[in-house]
Amino acid sequence: MIPAKFKTGDRVKVSKAYPVGHVRTPPEHVRTPYYIRGQVGEVERLCGNFPNPEKLAEMLSGLPALPLYRVRFRQNEVWPDYRGSDSDLLEVEIFQHWLEKP
Amino acid sequence: MKDQGNYRPLSYFQLMEISLRELLVEKGIVTDAQVDAEVEDMRRRGPERGARVVAKAWTDPDYKKRLLSNGTVACEELGLDIPALKLVVVENTPEVHNAIVCTLCSCYPRMLLGIPPDWYKSRNYRSRMVREPRAVLAEFGLVIGKEIQVRVHDSTADMRYLVLPMRPRGTEGWSEDRLAGLVTRDSMIGVALPDSPGKTA
Repeated sequence: MIPAKFKTGDRVKVSKAYPVGHVRTPPEHVRTPYYIRGQVGEVERLCGNFPNPEKLAEMLSGLPALPLYRVRFRQNEVWPDYRGSDSDLLEVEIFQHWLEKP
Repeated sequence: MKDQGNYRPLSYFQLMEISLRELLVEKGIVTDAQVDAEVEDMRRRGPERGARVVAKAWTDPDYKKRLLSNGTVACEELGLDIPALKLVVVENTPEVHNAIVCTLCSCYPRMLLGIPPDWYKSRNYRSRMVREPRAVLAEFGLVIGKEIQVRVHDSTADMRYLVLPMRPRGTEGWSEDRLAGLVTRDSMIGVALPDSPGKTA
């Protein structure tokens, strides 16, 4: 089990490691939506440790299990033309290996 | 009447499903009876399971606390068997409205709400719900005032989500069973409010 690097309230940035167009760049199955890559948010909670879905998709064990976080983003930062309230939020589950310090 | 039936060739995924199932049965990994039983189980589970959880939380403040801190354990407490479901319950308040989406596929708390509606799996809902949630909610007939914060939860990994809607006014003294009758599937996804008490009176 990989230890958690972040805690509730920490600022984190989602990696842009696998941009669009790199169809054959491994891993081929990721659970980090494209729209949230490169965005900065705040850890809402640590959900626990779970097998890496990118490895599970390759029929591997996905172990050691990775910390999974719920990360909270401000909608008006994710979408520059966001129409709604400035306080609106978006919360996304992201595995630790996709997160870095902003 | 036209001289045609409604026969259509199987789609790619239908064909894949049948091929895979037949192979699994042929190789003795599962039996037809096991597949049928699983499908039957899935059909039997419906949103009334989630409604029970919500009604309990409305009538028992201690239960609500437990539900919000660990949804999985709180469901098991009610005898609701939810294997492998890591449940996060998000509470609607006068200041915050929550809604659930899975942009990557169609993750859904099936153990509590049954089979997801087709619109939940549609590209339209999945792509727009994170991008313009207020416009999508308005299309469901739910207009959220600007003074209320909209929180969208993208169910991207191992958690599953359930919205705990606000208890409707005018239901003071109601039993859990009666309250559960007001809790709709859509209100637990966050695209609607529970029915109003007048509707079932």
